Amino acid sequence: MELNKTANGFEIPAADSKIPEGPVAEKWTNYKAHQKLVNPANKRKLSVIVVGTGLAGASAASTLAEMGFNVLNFCIQDSPRRAHSIAAQGGINAAKNYQNDGDSVYRLFYDTVKGGDYRAREANVYRLAEVSNNIIDQCVAQGVPFAREYGGLLANRSFGGAQVSRTFYAKGQTGQQLLLGAYSSLNRQIELGKVKSFNRYEMHDVVMVDGRARGIIAKNLVTGKFERFAAHAVVLATGGYGNTYFLSTNAMSCNCSAAIAAYRKGAYFANPAFVQIHPTCIPVHGDKQSKLTLMSESLRNDGRIWVPKDLETAKKLQKGEIKGSDVPEQERDYYLERRYPAFGNLVPRDVASRAAKERCDKGFGVNNTGLAVFLDFSEAINRLGIDQVRQRYGNLFDMYEEITDVNPGELGNKIGDECYYNPMMIFPAIHYTMGGLWVDYELQTSLKGLFAIGECNFSDHGANRLGASALMQGLADGYFVLPYTIQNYLSDQISVPCPSTSLPEFDETEKACVERQNQLLAIQGNHSVDSIHKELGHVMWEYVGMARTKESLETALAKLKEIRKVFETDLYVPGTAEGYNNELDKAFRLHDFIIMGELIAYDALNRNESCGGHFREEYQTEEGEAKRDDQNYFYVSCWDYQGNDNKAPELIKEPLHYEAIKVQTRNYKS
Amino acid sequence: MTVTLRVWRQAGPKEKGEFKNYTVETDTDTSFLETLDILNEQLVEKKEEPIAFDSDCREGICGMCSLYINGHPHGPATGATTCQLYMRRFKNGETITVEPWRSAAFPVIKDLIVDRNAFDKIQQAGGYVSFNCGGAQDANCLPISKEAADMAMDSATCIGCGACVAACKNGSAMLFVSAKVSQFALLPQGQVERARRARKMVAKMDELGFGNCTNTGACAAECPKNISLSNIARLNREFIKAKCAE
Repeated sequence: MELNKTANGFEIPAADSKIPEGPVAEKWTNYKAHQKLVNPANKRKLSVIVVGTGLAGASAASTLAEMGFNVLNFCIQDSPRRAHSIAAQGGINAAKNYQNDGDSVYRLFYDTVKGGDYRAREANVYRLAEVSNNIIDQCVAQGVPFAREYGGLLANRSFGGAQVSRTFYAKGQTGQQLLLGAYSSLNRQIELGKVKSFNRYEMHDVVMVDGRARGIIAKNLVTGKFERFAAHAVVLATGGYGNTYFLSTNAMSCNCSAAIAAYRKGAYFANPAFVQIHPTCIPVHGDKQSKLTLMSESLRNDGRIWVPKDLETAKKLQKGEIKGSDVPEQERDYYLERRYPAFGNLVPRDVASRAAKERCDKGFGVNNTGLAVFLDFSEAINRLGIDQVRQRYGNLFDMYEEITDVNPGELGNKIGDECYYNPMMIFPAIHYTMGGLWVDYELQTSLKGLFAIGECNFSDHGANRLGASALMQGLADGYFVLPYTIQNYLSDQISVPCPSTSLPEFDETEKACVERQNQLLAIQGNHSVDSIHKELGHVMWEYVGMARTKESLETALAKLKEIRKVFETDLYVPGTAEGYNNELDKAFRLHDFIIMGELIAYDALNRNESCGGHFREEYQTEEGEAKRDDQNYFYVSCWDYQGNDNKAPELIKEPLHYEAIKVQTRNYKS
Repeated sequence: MTVTLRVWRQAGPKEKGEFKNYTVETDTDTSFLETLDILNEQLVEKKEEPIAFDSDCREGICGMCSLYINGHPHGPATGATTCQLYMRRFKNGETITVEPWRSAAFPVIKDLIVDRNAFDKIQQAGGYVSFNCGGAQDANCLPISKEAADMAMDSATCIGCGACVAACKNGSAMLFVSAKVSQFALLPQGQVERARRARKMVAKMDELGFGNCTNTGACAAECPKNISLSNIARLNREFIKAKCAE
């Protein structure tokens, strides 16, 4: 095996994906049949740290504990139930084919690979599709109240990027119900003493002993103290890096610090440029906003997206002289239905986002900033009646009204016999990050004993994630994949005692955390954390956002250097290291967001093609569609830290191999 | 618009707290928590300590935000959390009083942040179906009437924010406990442990210092997720049945 030396001197394999032999449909079965297991008596001797309690973290922690491992589980909020998976609205995909519409494991696999614009690892995606059905069974057994038909069987809806109805849902609160299911299993294990739960803790660093991850340094956010925790393996389930952009649909505490800590220790960061911009978010207003609110993709089942056909009407809308419901049917341009007849309003997210941007760039935007399009339910309400539409989307309509003072279920205007309801205004926003820590087939990072699951890793979504697939991946990793694959690692650890937290490696790592904290508190400059973070977000959205060019990315890298300098020399953090200090905690996170921003820009600059969520304006077809370059970029880009924030990371390539799927241009037109 | 925020400041669990007034410029399309963000930015600029408060998803689902605003948990709006509250609900020039949850079972950590760990402990006592991952039967082998599933879903909508406890003059957690007990009592998956669950969760609730329920209904009236009082009636029934069977 080829070995690389990281900056820290550990020898690690060069992006060896460890994909098992055999045809794609048999790989996971073969793997499970031949992997090493740990017997029950030995499981009791082994402990695992799981950082995070979202769908991936909570399901992994509870399942590992059910198997007999001792689990230490950490969350940043005051309860594991509040992790941001809870905010997922629309649903979870599975290949059950309950609707008898031709679905199958292969088709879910194919749709996911195609939706990801042929940049995902084939073997991982097949396994994801394969275990998707187990997830639904597991969740129902836990008592998750999925939506049902009158006959008592499970209901489905359709989502972007698919021509079948395979999405299971619980009103507009699917993430909440799935997370509460995983949280309930976790609670059972806490009660049984197999999981120790640490709330209001944040991981600051991973502790490496003899080249293996053996523990973490975590900060107790209430006391302000750094504490040490040791285990046989460490699992990161700490989510994505969307908040690099300041404004995103992520929660306030979502951050990438755990992943960046691992990256600084030598774990590769894969495909950072693949950031998902969700088409249906409530548009930005003013400069005081703290986050953006997503309107579920499920709305595109019945909602139709449009802008006016002529610029004059758009101008009137922008000035507020007329409302959306004043524009009659024949003057509306349902541009997704026009451009993509086969998938219509249900094209994948990257395609829908770019199409909205294209219309707004041409001046057809419909709000005062010109950065919004309409999502309209008039046709659905006229067809199904308001009651049925409210039954499906009522809570989303209410949520929209609370924020904007407009209810999409209310009649706006009657033109002749036609009833026009108030349309929603929507615009794309940063939502999910497909990139993440590089992992092999076993979900192990390039550091031994350090695993990454859920949004925190990169493995399953390629360059774009399909709707309702994040919940699927989080639970697949946590319930059905990691609890198996981690045993292959732990099986030769059974005679290794759990390391002591007084080892010099723990001393050194904690000392570095304290030093970093002292530095932040000592700057005593003039810029608040949020003011610098807003500037970072502005640069990221303008230059590394929905459309990127070589020039914009070079500009971004220069500006990010300046931002980092302001952060390092002119930051102001109030208070002390003692006790609860949110500004101090935000400062740590911002430091890592800046490094993350640079990583995204480096990757975007390297990838001279357009694919999925990564759109380089230089590389597009005549019709404005993304133009991939399979000749030169059919690989996972893995970035290796060079020991110092000021050095550019080095690129390592993991070539992709497709056996089951023929790589072709994505087509959602016919 | 300009508002005066009368905010509870308390340095730590054992410290004495007090109200402090702050004037802040905001606008009607800004959320209440964003208004607190603006105030905190100003405090940081003046090198003063910002106000500590909890919030996370800022879309009304995680249950992290709290705050007693003008005498109501989650403020004047009904069926919404503090993070979904927009300034258009207030008048220009208004003085808005902001306090932490007030309950013996939720001690103050700092300023407006309280410790709700007791809620987790109640869930750990029995808020689950004892089922190990792996080996579940096909999901559609267990048909559940739409009516039961919908009712279970309504109960499961609870976000565990603690507004019910804060609203209750007795500091009772009955609405919170009843929502989870109801969800599983209504579903076939919850039947085996039905009695045990009711007994254990109620016992844990009592142990942790929550008050008794006197059926005032303030909890349901203030619940941001409109969890119905009928859940409490169901919990009482479940508990009595479980005790009788003991």
